[in-house]
Amino acid sequence: MSTGISWFVIIGTLGSILGFFLLLFMNRKISRPGQTTGHSYDGIEEYDNPLPAWWYWAFILSMVFGLGYLAYYPGLGNFAGLSGWTQVKDLEEDRAAAAEKYGPIFAQYREVPIDELAKNPDVVKIGRRLFTTNCSVCHGATGQGSFGFPNLTDSEWMWGGSNEAIEETITNGRNGVMTPFGSILGEKGVSEAASYVMSLSGREVDPEEAAKGKVHFQTYCFVCHGMDAKGQAMFGAPNLTNEIWLYGNSRLRIEYTIKNGRNNQMPSFKDKLSADKIHILAAYVKSLGANK
Amino acid sequence: MNDFIEKNIGVMLVLILIAVSFGGAVEIIPLMTQKVVTQPIEGLKPLSPLQLEGRDIYIREGCNVCHSQMIRPLRAEVERYGHYTVAGELVYNHPFLWGSKRTGPDLARVGGLYSDAWHRAHLRDPRSVVPESNMPAFPWLFEKKLNIDDTAAKLKALQTLGVPYTDEQIAKATDGLDDKTEADALIAYLQQLGTLIKDRR
Repeated sequence: MSTGISWFVIIGTLGSILGFFLLLFMNRKISRPGQTTGHSYDGIEEYDNPLPAWWYWAFILSMVFGLGYLAYYPGLGNFAGLSGWTQVKDLEEDRAAAAEKYGPIFAQYREVPIDELAKNPDVVKIGRRLFTTNCSVCHGATGQGSFGFPNLTDSEWMWGGSNEAIEETITNGRNGVMTPFGSILGEKGVSEAASYVMSLSGREVDPEEAAKGKVHFQTYCFVCHGMDAKGQAMFGAPNLTNEIWLYGNSRLRIEYTIKNGRNNQMPSFKDKLSADKIHILAAYVKSLGANK
Repeated sequence: MNDFIEKNIGVMLVLILIAVSFGGAVEIIPLMTQKVVTQPIEGLKPLSPLQLEGRDIYIREGCNVCHSQMIRPLRAEVERYGHYTVAGELVYNHPFLWGSKRTGPDLARVGGLYSDAWHRAHLRDPRSVVPESNMPAFPWLFEKKLNIDDTAAKLKALQTLGVPYTDEQIAKATDGLDDKTEADALIAYLQQLGTLIKDRR
């Protein structure tokens, strides 16, 4: 702050303390010991006694404390205080101490391959904590997912299940877009396409409808989901031939998805978590699917 | 003099006000002159009309009663929420929505933390995504169309307070907002909160 403002603060602060002191000091002497002030309110009178000693000294002590505080900590304008303490410096010291203490715990796994880490119970334990804090809000406490949020414990990886793909997903996030086909296919076309999609996982549908749906699929859907409908991790397009459904498996849901499309986003964590933590998280996510 | 002051309550009031104003004056006046408080940080933009309407829904629904928007420079908070809040981020905030009661998590850097779809699911039914949450559900936000009658006036009012909206922005304030729901606006507001400052940890 400017010098003028700085002096304003200094004079204002010290002046207040001095003012309090003078007020206290001047009221120490009493002019009429043992007599009343002469005020009488409804017959109630008051003595002109000094402050009790404990009170007086508590005042003095708090002023001394205040002056000491102002000397040690920043409080008087541009004077930084004898300690040089600042809020941000305090935080940085705390963080540096924490980084020194906890950093190596994460760093020791930096070069260890994810497959190995996924079998290390210590790493899984750390990973679970990180997962609970950062991922469980969408993917659920056990990674089970929910409507619109992928289950991480099943066998399907929408964006690829390789170590690199998992780390990439956490680091940079993903944005999966399924374009709406309602206006292209029309009501009937959507229903036909849904029938074909349902037939892919072995469900009973009208074969005639499914056959028509197959034509739609081979015109539009295959671009992302692949000719065999097994999905393509490059686009985050899910496998349609299994029992895993991110947006529900009822005809209603499937038709809704085809008609209106879907937009699914996994946020990026590169501005939030260090690479070491993401590495451990990837190992934990990998370990979630270990039983499949 | 004592007798005079005691018997003239108006004079006493003025003198008390003077006596107690010193503390406030030395704390508040210097802040008004400091660049770090009055200058926006690099890249800070005023809220878009949709985000601004979202902010008003945030206020209307009382989000700030349970959620603060103020990350203090303490390790525990920085670790959990991200970089501590700086004054320069908030120069266009009229009013401040710092809040003080932390029933829910701090939202100062919630922007981009979750997907829009997550926010929709969460606002409609918080328990559907966070089973232990005690946040109320806000299903009506999805049914009510956003009221944009006063959007331009709100921008204008903020412009008067020094938020750099251009006259062109004010003229086009309601463009593209016809079909928006209140939830759209609120989510747009939430998704921009604190996104300018990143902190990897």
